[in-house]
Amino acid sequence: MSASKFDAALELVTHVPGVRGAMLVSASDGVVVAEALMDEMKGSAVAALAASLASRLRRAAEGAGRGAPRFVHLTATGGTLLAAPLGDDLLLVTVAERSVNAGLARLEMFRALEILG
Amino acid sequence: MRAVEPWVIPPMETFLAESQARLCLLMTTAGQVVAQHGFVRAVDVMGVAALGAGIVASTGELARTLKWEAFSTVVHQGPQQAHLLASFNTPRGRWVGLVVFGPDTSLGLVQLFFEQLVKDLAAAAPEAPAPQPVLAANFEHELNASLRTLFGS
Repeated sequence: MSASKFDAALELVTHVPGVRGAMLVSASDGVVVAEALMDEMKGSAVAALAASLASRLRRAAEGAGRGAPRFVHLTATGGTLLAAPLGDDLLLVTVAERSVNAGLARLEMFRALEILG
Repeated sequence: MRAVEPWVIPPMETFLAESQARLCLLMTTAGQVVAQHGFVRAVDVMGVAALGAGIVASTGELARTLKWEAFSTVVHQGPQQAHLLASFNTPRGRWVGLVVFGPDTSLGLVQLFFEQLVKDLAAAAPEAPAPQPVLAANFEHELNASLRTLFGS
C-alpha cells in the first residue's frame, strides 16, 4: 500500500463539506498511519481514543453475537466521529462537524476503503 | 505504588488508571528511582532503572553522533508486552519514565496519557529545596531511607 494511495483515500473523505479531518490509524496500536487534518486537531489523541473506542465496540458487538462492526457513528455535542475498519489492522477515522451529511461521509469512507483494500 | 517524593503519587495513579499500564517506573537520568508501581522485588527495580537510564543515555548519544535531535521516546513492542521509555523535563530536573503495558491497552493510549502525566508532574512539583552539601553520612542515610520508602523495610 503506497503513501499516494493513503492521500487519495483521505482526500475523498476530506472533500465532504463539514469534515474537519480524516486519518488512518493502526487499530491495535492506536497510532496515526496517515492523516489529513484541516485545523489544529491533535491527531495522535484522536487516533488513540478512536482506536480504543472501536476496539471496545468490536468486543461488545462480538459479545452480543453480532460480529465485528462495519461502521461506527458517534454524535457528540460538538461534532461527529465516524470510523470504519479496514481488515483487522487499520481504521479509517473521520472527524466532522455535527451538521455534516453523515450519509455522504459514510459513502466516501467506504469508497476510500475500496481504494485502500 | 511507592514513591520517594509523595507529590508524584496522584499524577501517577491517574496515569495508571487511564492508561491501564501494568508497570511504571519514574527515575532520574542517573537511574535513581523516584517512584514505582507494580514491581515486587527491589533487585528488579534497580536493574530495570539502571538499564532504562542506560538505554536513554545510549540512544541520546546515537542521536548526537548522527546529528539528530535527541529521541524523547523509545518503544519496544513484543507480542504480549511492550514498553515505552521516555525522558522529559520536570521542575526537579530531567527524569525518565518506563511503562510496561499489555494488549489490554495500546501504544497510542499510553503515549497520550504519558503526555498528560508529564504535564501533571510539572504542575504538582513543589519548589525544589535548597541544595545541601553531600556528605558521606547523609548519602548513606538518604539512600537507606529511599530504599525503605520504595520497597519497605
